Amino acid sequence: MKFGVVVFPGSNCDSDCYHVIKDVINEHVEYIWHDYDEKLDFDCIILPGGFSYGDYLRAGAIARFSKVMPRIEEFAKNGGLVVGICNGFQILTESHLLPGALIRNKNLKFICSDQYVKVVTNKTPFTNLYKENEVINLPIAHGEGNYVVDEATLQEMIKNEQIILQYCDKEGNINENTNPNGSILNIAGICNKEKNVFGLMPHPERSSEKLLGCEDGKRVFLSIINYLRSR
Amino acid sequence: MKKNLYEEVGLTYEEYKMITEILGREPNELELNLFGVMWSEHCGYKNSKAFLKQLPTKGEHILQGPGENAGIVDIGDGYAVCFKVESHNHPSAVEPYEGAATGVGGIIRDIFTMGARPIALLDSLKFGTLEDSRTKYLFEGVVSGIAGYGNCVGIPTVGGETTFDPIYKNNILVNVMCVGIMKKDKIFKGVAQGVGNSVFYVGHTTGRDGMGGATFASADLTQESEEKRSAVQVGDPFMEKLLLEACLELFQTDAVVGIQDMGAAGLTSSTCETAARAGTGIEIDVALVPKREEGMNPIEVMLSESQERMLVIVKKEKEEEVYKIFEKWGLHAVKIGRVTDDGMLRVLDNGKVVAEVPAKALAHAPAYVRETKEPEVVKISQQFDIYSLPQPQDLNEVILKMISNPNLASKEYIYRQYDYMVRTDTVIRPGHDASLLRVKGIKKGIAVTVDSNGRYCYLNPYEGVQLVLAESYRNIVAVGAKPLAITDGLNFGNPHYPEIYYQFVKTIEGLKVACEYFGTPVTGGNVSFYNQSEEGPIYPTPVIGMVGVIEDVEKATDISFKEDGDIIAIIGKTFDDIGASEYLSYYHGIVSGRVPKLDLKRHKETCDKVLECINQGLFKSVHDISDGGFIIALLESALKGQKGAEVKINTSLREDFYLFSETPGRFLVTFKEEDLSKIREILNDIEVEIVGKVVNRFEISGQINEKKLKLNLNEVERRYQEAIPCALKS
Repeated sequence: MKFGVVVFPGSNCDSDCYHVIKDVINEHVEYIWHDYDEKLDFDCIILPGGFSYGDYLRAGAIARFSKVMPRIEEFAKNGGLVVGICNGFQILTESHLLPGALIRNKNLKFICSDQYVKVVTNKTPFTNLYKENEVINLPIAHGEGNYVVDEATLQEMIKNEQIILQYCDKEGNINENTNPNGSILNIAGICNKEKNVFGLMPHPERSSEKLLGCEDGKRVFLSIINYLRSR
Repeated sequence: MKKNLYEEVGLTYEEYKMITEILGREPNELELNLFGVMWSEHCGYKNSKAFLKQLPTKGEHILQGPGENAGIVDIGDGYAVCFKVESHNHPSAVEPYEGAATGVGGIIRDIFTMGARPIALLDSLKFGTLEDSRTKYLFEGVVSGIAGYGNCVGIPTVGGETTFDPIYKNNILVNVMCVGIMKKDKIFKGVAQGVGNSVFYVGHTTGRDGMGGATFASADLTQESEEKRSAVQVGDPFMEKLLLEACLELFQTDAVVGIQDMGAAGLTSSTCETAARAGTGIEIDVALVPKREEGMNPIEVMLSESQERMLVIVKKEKEEEVYKIFEKWGLHAVKIGRVTDDGMLRVLDNGKVVAEVPAKALAHAPAYVRETKEPEVVKISQQFDIYSLPQPQDLNEVILKMISNPNLASKEYIYRQYDYMVRTDTVIRPGHDASLLRVKGIKKGIAVTVDSNGRYCYLNPYEGVQLVLAESYRNIVAVGAKPLAITDGLNFGNPHYPEIYYQFVKTIEGLKVACEYFGTPVTGGNVSFYNQSEEGPIYPTPVIGMVGVIEDVEKATDISFKEDGDIIAIIGKTFDDIGASEYLSYYHGIVSGRVPKLDLKRHKETCDKVLECINQGLFKSVHDISDGGFIIALLESALKGQKGAEVKINTSLREDFYLFSETPGRFLVTFKEEDLSKIREILNDIEVEIVGKVVNRFEISGQINEKKLKLNLNEVERRYQEAIPCALKS
């Protein structure tokens, strides 16, 4: 398997994703510089977290105009797997590869914390190794993670099972009290209709090693490999 | 020349005369400004350096001591740790967001100029109390400033401390420590070596922000300070991130001879200091400097403290490498001058010489030793009789009140706003004694802590700083690491007052003795004087940043209770050390008394033996006992582990004194019952006082002598978590 991690000016979690793929799940991985403008020859592309272009203007708003982005759109249209984590998710909504938008957290503050999320569906290339409705711990660290989307699109997303992760508590309760940032329906992660583009605010790469306290996130990466192998 | 121009740049008449002697002529306006800023307290350390020299700075692990941008210690396996603390007090008191943000930015640059990759930030913050509305504004501003900068640049803020005391109301303290990791044979220094080599300006453009910031930081805060807002720099963390990556990439080439951050006094300090260290001269042309504003004159360019800029000395034939890398990162890289052999800092404006002064004279400000006088409080406080304090009836109520004290309560409201996990190295997170970072690829880990206690130091500057150092030492040991070295952030009032200077001198004396005893040399730091307003000076507040190394990061311990049935014990003997304590100050409203008695020898022995027990895997949790005493440590360990405790304590001390005593050299530990004999064997004559056991019920129950202890931990947790957010809302 060949993973690519895109590096924008201001990407911070690029080396974290690289580390997990290379050293934890032992797969081949390469960095992709933001101005890369050739056909992407990879099995899975990761847009990492961070503050691309300082998040100036709006999180992800400038990164979407990077030279590599049309290449990623092309890659996704051909069925390639794309994962956007945190800032990567913001870039994916800005570039309309995913519906909706991410606005400032309801409390207007940056939040860094462990966070329980529920895996709503395991019928995706990214979650197939989780149980349906399994509650897992995926840390969050963002200032603009409040997911918003218009009602019609939301209904469409529900119908197509595009909602993949929802914020919850340890027992899996999904309500206002278990919603850290104000996201509609406690949405933490979604995919496109074709289910090959995945965006999520929590950081699976931060909970992929026992030494860091939790390995719940590792199965996101393992699911991808599982999917690619069985394809 | 106007008669009082030297005063305007912050120099005395005597200093002005010295300058005319050095130059053999009258300085022009630009030259006078260069001296003004370099001989300011902030850059020149003129009132402190005579004493700083006394501090121990050498040791087997020390690769770089004071005098460079940051200190470096060897941690073995080919790696070294680079670290330093720096204050940004005055800017933060006037403009909290940008003041704190640029404080973070500045110290990060000090670390990566040495060739290290920054991996952690810590902060020591001091504010007035939260009833005051301006304090709320300053507090929120400082915390979001640290978050805004640190999060964006992608360096985790892994620890720190925050204290509230009315003494800091008008002069808050913001001390930031940065820690970096590097290969020990890849150290870069701020030296302008090699005559003919090129002097490069890289990074952000130069603007009028931060004009005279160093001079502003070298005077008391007054009403007029508000108007000096323009002396506060404006940070751009995105630019810093690019500069960081570009510099680290540049270090992989062999183009760099020397490098220095343009921090306080910007281009002036970086040019004259790099030349002075190398014994060379530097010639630059300010017309070549990239500017963000039009019509900037040479004084403005030389004094600007615009952020995210570096001076790089490049091998003459390697200039192309610099252009290539900085173009890739979209940053300016301009050759503005060259290294010369005449020892002069020569400033040109479009080829015309506008200033010419000896670099060493600029870089080496005169040193002063001022008058000292012991403050009355040092003697008076010794007389205070703690047994005159009324004995509280209901201890449970007192405990609940103490845990709601913002100084002891949870700081999660603060650290939740910091990304403390980015880079995926944070093994022990904020909220424990020290934070612990792994180093990918090796087994070792790096423990870091930052500590202070202004009240101790106010009541007894000499013993106070030793108590602070001892606390740092325990914090590092508590996670299972061996302390290696420290950086010190020394915050004081105006040194022209003999009482203040006494505090400073005694602090250095106390620190010297304790550092030597503990084997933790000082690798650098920062002195911040003039922390006082019209209402008076702050407490003398030395901040200690300590770094330690753990051989196997998997063996680390934290504070949380682990399993039902584990034995809870206090290592070390508890005395009636209530003088200067948080209990005396918060519950009884008294700042007085003898500071806790520190037996350096006993303290070191205790710590070494605790470390031995941790290395052998005998302790399941370890928590340093300090502010608020044993009972606060017990509650914190219970809450972190979401467990309760049954306690039974027999003591000859007054019960409230036992619970809240701050006797140094103690740890709250838990272990399996069957390990007790092994633990006693290692600890030998160090006391192991068994006080109870861990239980599954989420409460503290039991007794101390005949008095009942019963605390519902849900209630405790609510108060502990909500103390700071509630104080902000009220």
